[in-house]
Amino acid sequence: MSTHTFKPDMPPPSSSIGVVAWMRANMFSNWLNSLLTLFAFYLIYLVVPPLLQWAVIDANWVGTSQADCTKEGACWVFIQQRFGQFMYGYYPVDMRWRVDLTVWLAVIGVAPLFISRFPRKAVYGLSFLVLYPIIAWCLLHGGVFGLTQVATSQWGGLMLTLVIATVGIAGALPLGIILALGRRSNMPAIRVVCVTFIEFWRGVPLITVLFMSSVMLPLFLPEGMNFDKLLRALIGVILFQSAYVAEVVRGGLQAIPKGQYEAAAAMGLGYWRSMGLVILPQALKLVIPGIVNTFIALFKDTSLVIIIGLFDLLNSVKQAAADPKWLGMATEGYVFAALVFWIFCFGMSRYSMHLERKLDTGHKR
Amino acid sequence: MQNSIGAPKQRLSLSDPKVRAWLFQIITIVAVVSMGWYLFDNTQTNLQHRGITSGFDFLERSAGFGIAQTLIDYTESDSYARVFVIGLLNTLLVTFIGVILATILGFIVGVSRLSKNWIIAKLATVYVEVFRNIPPLLQILFWYFAVFLTMPGPRNSHNFGDTFFVSSRGLNMPAALTADGFWPFVASIGVAIVAIVLMNRWATQRFEATGVPFHKFWVGLALFLLIPALCALIFGTPLHWELPKLQGFNFVGGWVLIPELLALTLALTVYTAAFIAEIVRSGIKSVSHGQTEAAHSLGLRNGPTLRKVIIPQALRVIIPPLTSQYLNLAKNSSLAAGIGYPEMVSLFAGTVLNQTGQAIEVIAITMSVYLAISISISLLMNWYNKRIALIER
Repeated sequence: MSTHTFKPDMPPPSSSIGVVAWMRANMFSNWLNSLLTLFAFYLIYLVVPPLLQWAVIDANWVGTSQADCTKEGACWVFIQQRFGQFMYGYYPVDMRWRVDLTVWLAVIGVAPLFISRFPRKAVYGLSFLVLYPIIAWCLLHGGVFGLTQVATSQWGGLMLTLVIATVGIAGALPLGIILALGRRSNMPAIRVVCVTFIEFWRGVPLITVLFMSSVMLPLFLPEGMNFDKLLRALIGVILFQSAYVAEVVRGGLQAIPKGQYEAAAAMGLGYWRSMGLVILPQALKLVIPGIVNTFIALFKDTSLVIIIGLFDLLNSVKQAAADPKWLGMATEGYVFAALVFWIFCFGMSRYSMHLERKLDTGHKR
Repeated sequence: MQNSIGAPKQRLSLSDPKVRAWLFQIITIVAVVSMGWYLFDNTQTNLQHRGITSGFDFLERSAGFGIAQTLIDYTESDSYARVFVIGLLNTLLVTFIGVILATILGFIVGVSRLSKNWIIAKLATVYVEVFRNIPPLLQILFWYFAVFLTMPGPRNSHNFGDTFFVSSRGLNMPAALTADGFWPFVASIGVAIVAIVLMNRWATQRFEATGVPFHKFWVGLALFLLIPALCALIFGTPLHWELPKLQGFNFVGGWVLIPELLALTLALTVYTAAFIAEIVRSGIKSVSHGQTEAAHSLGLRNGPTLRKVIIPQALRVIIPPLTSQYLNLAKNSSLAAGIGYPEMVSLFAGTVLNQTGQAIEVIAITMSVYLAISISISLLMNWYNKRIALIER
């Protein structure tokens, strides 16, 4: 008895597999799509080759002055020579290790929080939050433990950008949470105060807030009491940002089902304990991605301190580009600054998306 | 004692939540009021010591400085109040142009991100990810210092068909001057609109009564084109164009958009469009595919499905965040202070404040303008949200 053996399958037709088929399906499925694809290629052709030519192929990479930039393309020598200024501003050169150390401490200190198995994360995180600002202030500002004092007017560059952004969010978070709770309070007076505060700061542009904090704050304070420029800017940024944080946190509070509030009340918990033990832990977890997004917005907004004459990354670049020794370097400078800002913001937005997926435990309705 | 047995006498006690609520509120009000009084008092003494007289009299005084771009007539002897109006108008101009361009660009990019064409979708993604992650102020400075100021001068300007010239002085373009046929032309457009509305009403009535459809769109388009065209034939052209001409070192005639305005609108458009694109994308994606299938199974073709089913539902999701982006654009226009485009903040809170020293008044006026804009937009938004909110049963 003979057994029937099947012949092996024929390979699929060459037009339905491989690159050709993929291109046909995704780029040339009909005449409109083909036209669009050609248009896209034309756009790429217009932008990418000249950009590569300018930024890489024809660029000048080595040298010490503008005279070394002989080729047609970008003069990255400018960035190389002014890198210190872009990173640290006018921070004294021999003391820049203190800034580096502060950054490394932050990186090392935060790292355990990203390890999911790390024990007692909350305790560790809280103590880090309390201790780190003190250490950072001692290191950056000096004047204690034999460290030479560096006035805040000498701070600048990326370091200043990071200082404003982190202090801004750290100050705005607690204030924002309190405002959000106040906005959802049953007491009309407290609600009115919080709503007015939030809507006021959300209604005005940050620039006018910075103007206000630099021009009007000295008038508000008793005579003889004077803040330095950075602190005034920070106060403005914190007040401004807290309103945005409050709105994000309010979103989280509203997303918690009413049953949770009622359950907490049924357990006999008072207002503060039911908020602190039941509602806020859930609400804050929900809004972490939102808070990261406000932080990204704040990080971009720090560039506005240029208006009141602080030398953050953008202003350092602007200053350096106005230097007569490096005329015509505006493009290189701004491209560099844009790249730095982009890396930070893009990285954070990716992280926020990752968190959103990780923390999504089904509260969405 | 008149008290009945079931109702014990009310006593003030901290364990009563109502009493505590009152106490908290009184403390808050007292704290806020005393804080305000403290700041007010400090300000009073500080102003006295510095010899600054407060009040809004300064608005009457003559400004005495020139402004690069004004939408209304202005001379250096005009008052600060007029400077304020010019600043406000320039802010509104940038916002208006920016909103229109950003909406168009944003919708194109947002729809492209959902395109089935792989390369178009990828290009749109790259656009969004690049431009929304760079601070708007940096983009403004880039366009201004690195692009427009490094352009060649008027003599070697980029020439687009002898009508548009782009140089370091900005964009020179033909000016539209009103001719004899202008007012009849405007009137004819009005007539056309009325005719279209009437036609639309008649067609709808006929459709509902008899079920016979009517080519509303094509007839409307024909009305809109033919009536004004006929009018232009009878009364002569409505506008004539004045071309800019190079004379000596600069252009004469025509309109000019200064580079500050160009840099600001370009940067704000590109930045805001990236956000609008994301809003449009999520709005369209929020309409589930079942809606399309349901519409198809009812016999609707692709066009009506899009117009009558998908877009109305997507707009409900798109419009609220879209308005807040418009608001952001209006607020971001204040970044013009970085390049000296004469709008509210750089003109009024910058130059006028420096000249007069009336910090409190100037900042208060500036802030209240922005507050007024944002409060009116959010009121409008709340009204709209109520109108379109899903009526759930």
